[in-house]
Amino acid sequence: MTSPHITGKPIKKIAIFGGTHGNELTGVFLVKHWLENDAEIQRTGLEVKPFITNPRAVKKCTRYIDCDLNRVCDLENLGKEMSEDLPYEVKRAQEINHLFGPKNSEDSYDIIFDLHNTTSNMGCTLILEDSRNDFLIQMYHYIKTSLAPLPCYVYLIEHPSLKYTTISSVAKYPVGIEVGPQPQGVLRADILDQMRKMIKHALDFIYQFNEGKEFPPCAIEVYKVVEKVDYPRNESGEITAVIHPNLQDQDWKPLHPGDPMFVTLDGKTILLGGDCTVYPVFVNEAAYYEKKEAFAKTTKLTLNAKSIRSSFH
Amino acid sequence: MCSVPVPRAPLRRVAVTGGTHGNELSGVYLARHWLRDPGELRRPSFSATPVLANPGAAAACRRYVDHDLNRTFTDTLLASRATPNDPYELTRARELDQLLGPKASGSDRAFDFVLDLHNTTANMGTCLLVDGAHNTFALHLSHHLQLQFPEVPCQVLLTWPPQSARKSFSLDSVAKNGMTVELGPQPQGVLRAAVFSRMRALVASALDFMELFNQGAAFPAFEMEVYRNLGGEDFPRTQDGDLAGMVHPQLQDRDYEPLQPGAPIFQKFSGEEVLYEGDSTVYPVFINEAAYYEKHVAFLRTEKLMISVPPLPPLSPAPTQVL
Repeated sequence: MTSPHITGKPIKKIAIFGGTHGNELTGVFLVKHWLENDAEIQRTGLEVKPFITNPRAVKKCTRYIDCDLNRVCDLENLGKEMSEDLPYEVKRAQEINHLFGPKNSEDSYDIIFDLHNTTSNMGCTLILEDSRNDFLIQMYHYIKTSLAPLPCYVYLIEHPSLKYTTISSVAKYPVGIEVGPQPQGVLRADILDQMRKMIKHALDFIYQFNEGKEFPPCAIEVYKVVEKVDYPRNESGEITAVIHPNLQDQDWKPLHPGDPMFVTLDGKTILLGGDCTVYPVFVNEAAYYEKKEAFAKTTKLTLNAKSIRSSFH
Repeated sequence: MCSVPVPRAPLRRVAVTGGTHGNELSGVYLARHWLRDPGELRRPSFSATPVLANPGAAAACRRYVDHDLNRTFTDTLLASRATPNDPYELTRARELDQLLGPKASGSDRAFDFVLDLHNTTANMGTCLLVDGAHNTFALHLSHHLQLQFPEVPCQVLLTWPPQSARKSFSLDSVAKNGMTVELGPQPQGVLRAAVFSRMRALVASALDFMELFNQGAAFPAFEMEVYRNLGGEDFPRTQDGDLAGMVHPQLQDRDYEPLQPGAPIFQKFSGEEVLYEGDSTVYPVFINEAAYYEKHVAFLRTEKLMISVPPLPPLSPAPTQVL
């Protein structure tokens, strides 16, 4: 008896976004390179469009001009009446929704890969927004297996209040790709090579799916966000403690109650409370100081996907 | 070049400046901490003044608002007449020149020493930037720091090529003497605990050295290995001036290691390698510093040399008054 499987329509339209944050340079330069020479991202039967999402921020080598482009793709912002007074990134999100969406419609792009860097020691990371998306779980499983022994982690941002609307969510299948550590404004060859491989494996998976390959049921380990932890601050909102040296660079590793978490500027250690082991991610990400996030606590769990096959075969 | 390479009187007016670049956070947070509580900057014979050099940039967590503050301390700019449209950093440089200088030579009003705190995204560990081999006091101070922290290498970079026609432009040139402490790697906008602690310990040790000097200690001559700046090497670029390649993986993070002619230095996005075409071995530093992309510097070439530093004579005691 065959196990239940999902048949999906073949994938036709894919976009690869770079420069959603203008100072996260790997995506900027991969996309710029592919706009000149797209040989390595083309696959028969697929339209793959590289695209710079925030050109003004890229030109200034800054994260954003008015507001974070990767936080304004919700339906309210997308639906606002177009006016000169709108923040630059909201206008941009609307343009992107027009070009690659509309979000939640049949006409939207099938997949958008949105390329990011982090100052955190997260290695190769894939962002998953929906724990029940068999197609993406299968894709992520394929990418992880192909990259091994290079680790590739999956960060599940599905959460009633902590989930954020990404620019890639304009597509039917949003894929966030995050590679670190890399400082803002710096382009490292090793990081670029890792991100390039992630895209290559993703495109190979999609091509094989379209060709009719059946991907058997699979399981992947993911890290699901549970809570975001801010830095200790004083009454004026200034940071009074920093990530403890024992936690610095230890993304994805278990943090137990009683382990050091922060150290104050006066040298006092602050320990993790509670009674659960957590797996911190985005530890000491530069862009998150203003978002009041020193790190995110996650729990580890396994997600299963049914077998999938394209419906044309 | 600093005007007082060998002080003849105790150092009384010393400044420690952080946040000259607002996103180099070790100095920003140290300066803010000391402005609230300057206790640890006090020594028996003097107190160091903490200064947040670029408050506008620090508030925005950016390198600068209009113009790089650490390039604004030229004689020309400092002497220019103020106008309402002046860049933020030009106004600020004049204020700092009034506070810590004036830089104009021969002035006795200037502070005795400025210690300027910086971070770099390059893998430079601890680096002390001194303006030249003539700066006996700063080299003795650097040597003291090397001896105090034997377990962590501390390199000395002479920022001026020999016979340089360039005039100084950095904040640490505004007082009678000064130098820069550069710690990396640390991303812009990130505060790493270990880097912060190290910066703090280095400042404490620098002030201890000044106290020893003020108390009449003598420091004998020594030999020191230094790196001397020979100039910057740009990234390969397109005709539009855009980046055409990246620092090669074999060069990335290898600050202070020898780079031979013919060794790969860049990797183009197409995969092609660019090789170093100089005719002698150099020692690159500031490899892949984020802030230098716009200055067209992928790394600085340096030569490694041994220099002899003469003794730092003890302060002569004040002559007794005949009443």
